[in-house]
Amino acid sequence: MAIDIDIAHVARLARLALDDDELETYRRQLGLILEHAAKVQAVAASDYEPIAHPLGLTNAFRVDEVKPSLDRDEVLSQAPDHADGYFVVPPALDAP
Amino acid sequence: MSLADLSITDAVARLAAGEVTSVDLTAAVLERATMTEADLHCYLTIDRDGAFASAAASDTRRQTGATVGPLDGIPVAVKDNFSTRGLETTAASQLLAGYHPPYDAHAVERLRAGGVVLLGKANLDEFAMGSSTENSAFGPSRNPWDSNRVPGGSSGGSAAAVAVGSAMGAFGSDTGGSIRQPASLCGVVGVKPTYGRVSRYGLIAFASSLDQIGPLARTVDDAALLLEGVWGHDRRDATSYTGDYPELRRSLSSGVDGLTVGLVTQFGGEGYEPEVMAATRATLDKLSGAGAEIVEVSIPTVDVALSAYYLIAPAEASANLARFDGIRYGNRVEGETTEELMARTRAEGFGPEVIRRILLGTYSLSAGYYDAFYGQAQRVRTRLIQEFADAYEAADVLVSPTSPTVAFKLGAKATDPLAMYLSDICTIPSNLTGHPAMSVPVGLDGNGLPIGFQVMAPALAEERMFAVAAEIERLVGFTARPTLTGVAAV
Repeated sequence: MAIDIDIAHVARLARLALDDDELETYRRQLGLILEHAAKVQAVAASDYEPIAHPLGLTNAFRVDEVKPSLDRDEVLSQAPDHADGYFVVPPALDAP
Repeated sequence: MSLADLSITDAVARLAAGEVTSVDLTAAVLERATMTEADLHCYLTIDRDGAFASAAASDTRRQTGATVGPLDGIPVAVKDNFSTRGLETTAASQLLAGYHPPYDAHAVERLRAGGVVLLGKANLDEFAMGSSTENSAFGPSRNPWDSNRVPGGSSGGSAAAVAVGSAMGAFGSDTGGSIRQPASLCGVVGVKPTYGRVSRYGLIAFASSLDQIGPLARTVDDAALLLEGVWGHDRRDATSYTGDYPELRRSLSSGVDGLTVGLVTQFGGEGYEPEVMAATRATLDKLSGAGAEIVEVSIPTVDVALSAYYLIAPAEASANLARFDGIRYGNRVEGETTEELMARTRAEGFGPEVIRRILLGTYSLSAGYYDAFYGQAQRVRTRLIQEFADAYEAADVLVSPTSPTVAFKLGAKATDPLAMYLSDICTIPSNLTGHPAMSVPVGLDGNGLPIGFQVMAPALAEERMFAVAAEIERLVGFTARPTLTGVAAV
């Protein structure tokens, strides 16, 4: 079964800046892997509900209480760029 | 014999008798690391100063009768995807080089509270994605039995360190076999407990519904001791198991008389090395001789478990790894806009296998493909759980080889992702079902390479699994160790 993949679209969704050669390599490899993975479609599994937790646990509740959080300076010390207690990034929105 | 070769249980006894100190043990193990690291590269970080400080503190506690647990003073390694406060944690990714977590993983907290000496951070495939450690951004680890071969993966550094004696025990994470397969290839014991038994808090997430922390050790008893040191409920992990946790070491001598052992017939045939299958059959014969009834069990959906896994695990990975964007931690490649910064940071920071899985997961979750791929894989998972439940009506434990092959040569599968994925074919089903499974060494092949045997049990039945594994250990009497001369000669 041949699987057609719009690899540039997938790379954009995944926020991966790949060049054309890289995209082509991954497109080919994903095609092969997905061909193998598509075997799941041959299994008559429509009678089975999809499962998210292997033991069937659902919600885990806890008491809503204030607790100390991580030290802000220690956390910020790991950021590539920060100032005045904020993470610093280039513009996230286009200028109006 | 060097103190580095002691089992943990022997070391615990000698510490208690005052015959050795934790500083002695730590020095012996770190000396072994000095001898072997240039060749084997088990570690990404060795924390000598921290280890000796912990060891000295342990010895002081012992002098005053204030030890804090059975593992007090025992030197162990943790895989480098466990967050360790103030100690570099990279998950073997360039993207996280230089990252010093502001908190400890739950398992690390428990080890520290139990007086364990943390030696350092063991090598792995980047973000635990791989079966050979060749995907480490900082270079592969090598197998102590033959340094031209891989130690398996992704917890390959942990397995190799335990095998060669540069750690008395170690912890890894297992998403599709990443503890059991390297344990098998390195001739040590490796355990994936039931999903939820060990908190994933602070474990760098790969596939959250599959990831599970567990121990690697040289004996079954050591593995039980290590597992008891980290498991238990933790409310910071919403999937943490809230029920009872048994005392594993009590059941280790209960034997297999009267138990039914089911060989899963799907695990065999093409792709399985004859010597691996022969060792599996020989182990079954020994179990039979010890009073177990051996039956064959068919679990048909196992044949598509690998396919389901390579949809589910990358899908979860693509979501989990979205956090590595060059903003809050890790390394950054600048861009004109935030999106460009993120996309460049990720493309340069992640290695090819990680990128491949992120793309695969993104594709199988994307509009128009979700039902055909991810949704169908989750249904297959439910069906697999049902079939395993049926199989456990016929057998108390299920068994198979841990890996279809012994350790392969570096580079042998590095350019063929599918061939590499197939080395986890026997281990993946237990991650999809959430059931416990472990690997026990049962022999060497004609080239002197270890062969592992997998014992699987129903959810929460670790006591039974460990009892069978301990009996196999007694029956097989596997005591071989890699020769240090072979390692040092390279």
